[in-house]
Amino acid sequence: MITVDHCTKYFHRGSVNEVLALNDIDLSVANGDFITVIGSNGAGKSTLLNALAGSFFLDSGSITIGQLNVTRWPEYKRAKLLARVFQDPLLGTCPSATLEQNMALALRRGKRRGLGPGVRSGDRDLFSSELAKIGLGLENRLQDRVGLLSGGQRQALTMLMATLVRPEVLLLDEHIAALDPKTAGQILALTREIVADQGLTTLMITHNMKHAIEFGNRLIMLHQGRIILDVSGEKKSSLSVDDLLEQFYKAQGEELANDSMLLT
Amino acid sequence: MTIYAAIGALEQGLVYGIMVIGVYLTFRILDFPDLTVDGSLPLGAAISAVAITSGLNPYLSLLFAAFGGFVAGAVTAILNTKFKILHLLASILTMIALYSINIRIMGGPNIALINSATVFDPIIALGVPAHLASLVVFSLFGVVVMGGVIWFLKTEFGQAVLATGDNPQMIISQGVNTHLIIIVGVGLSNGLVALSGALIAQNQGAADVGMGIGTIIAGLASVIVGETVFGSSSIARAIIAAVLGSVVYRLAIALALSFDFGGFTFSPSDLNLITALLVIGALIAPNLKKKLLAQ
Repeated sequence: MITVDHCTKYFHRGSVNEVLALNDIDLSVANGDFITVIGSNGAGKSTLLNALAGSFFLDSGSITIGQLNVTRWPEYKRAKLLARVFQDPLLGTCPSATLEQNMALALRRGKRRGLGPGVRSGDRDLFSSELAKIGLGLENRLQDRVGLLSGGQRQALTMLMATLVRPEVLLLDEHIAALDPKTAGQILALTREIVADQGLTTLMITHNMKHAIEFGNRLIMLHQGRIILDVSGEKKSSLSVDDLLEQFYKAQGEELANDSMLLT
Repeated sequence: MTIYAAIGALEQGLVYGIMVIGVYLTFRILDFPDLTVDGSLPLGAAISAVAITSGLNPYLSLLFAAFGGFVAGAVTAILNTKFKILHLLASILTMIALYSINIRIMGGPNIALINSATVFDPIIALGVPAHLASLVVFSLFGVVVMGGVIWFLKTEFGQAVLATGDNPQMIISQGVNTHLIIIVGVGLSNGLVALSGALIAQNQGAADVGMGIGTIIAGLASVIVGETVFGSSSIARAIIAAVLGSVVYRLAIALALSFDFGGFTFSPSDLNLITALLVIGALIAPNLKKKLLAQ
């Protein structure tokens, strides 16, 4: 489904702030894979997802989704193939538009937008029934502006909108990190349900080791722009949080050892 | 204020109202402060004047004027989106370029239209008194443009325009090429401004290269006055409010000009100062109110 081939990305290249965010990464994602992505801050998790989504172009390497080489596709064009949910609940919806207007925008993801009506009355039933699924009572508020909703409600709406038209790939960038624990639990349950229902190929960044083990069929750990751990299937489900932490510290320990070598 | 002054202010309010809708599209909807309008208003006037004096139908000349304005706006938007020039600077560059272009189009700094055909002739031929003809024409244009823009913003494309100003990251993620939206949006805005300029030139009997000075400020003042007085709870309401704001603004100016404070009167050259103070007041009022309420 996705092939990431020798991908490298520098930020601020040539300046003193140069960062090697992706270091010659190779990743092959099978159709229907649900991959959880972990790693410390600055490991390159978000950069990897942004590279897939086309927020920037790579310095080298290529990305293929399905049969399509999307390496030089701009972000809006890749939206035909992949949907995203951001950490910031405010990023996924338009505050001054109504719920139905937002959903109508999402219903045309990757399609041509012409001079037909923005919200078709025939689609309202679909919007209501989709909103009813998340059980937040939003199905009766189609005409309300999204700016009136709470962060959790907006994130739930963003999840729905991302999958209203089935994407080839779903990218979740710490999409519950900014929510309170109860709402986070609800969004996570919704995520599991939608991904299973539609059989979506999914990459989910999380800082929660338990979630990383519990969700999906495959887990990758990033460190300094490289994938340092890639487990799937039974090997993944038998992982414990301690195993992961150990890997974490091992990776960081190497870093410390290198630093101390430099200093002595 | 005489009744003639009031009718004059009303028709000015309506014809400049078309320009104000253009300013509303960029300033409020696309969040793109666009100074191109100071150049595209006289551009519309110039194109229309040249077309009419070369014997073209005055209504047809409006189409050419609007198209010229669209191109000017598109140039600004392309400078901004494709070449990453700050929107404000990009629009100033187009504006000053238009100054030279407008003189080239007219072959001089102005063209008189005193005895030429205008869009008012068919209305006068229908029996409408000459001093009311422009009011009728401008009302018709005002209503048609308001209706058209409100309809446009409800279409799929229009919704994408609204979203581009509201949350660009969201609408890119929904597969919309925001560069294209901004180019079309700023183009449409300047098309309306040029249309307004063409109608103004036909009404005042001349196109002049200097007639665009202060357009953006008058436009902003009208938008802000309209929002304050008539509200902006929905897009349709905000657009109608923009045109009504333009009428109120022109009436206020006519009123100010007719005042006599014990021998002191405003001269037309004071208008820019009055307008600037009005806009500054309207812009800082919400912050000031917040601060005062917080204490």
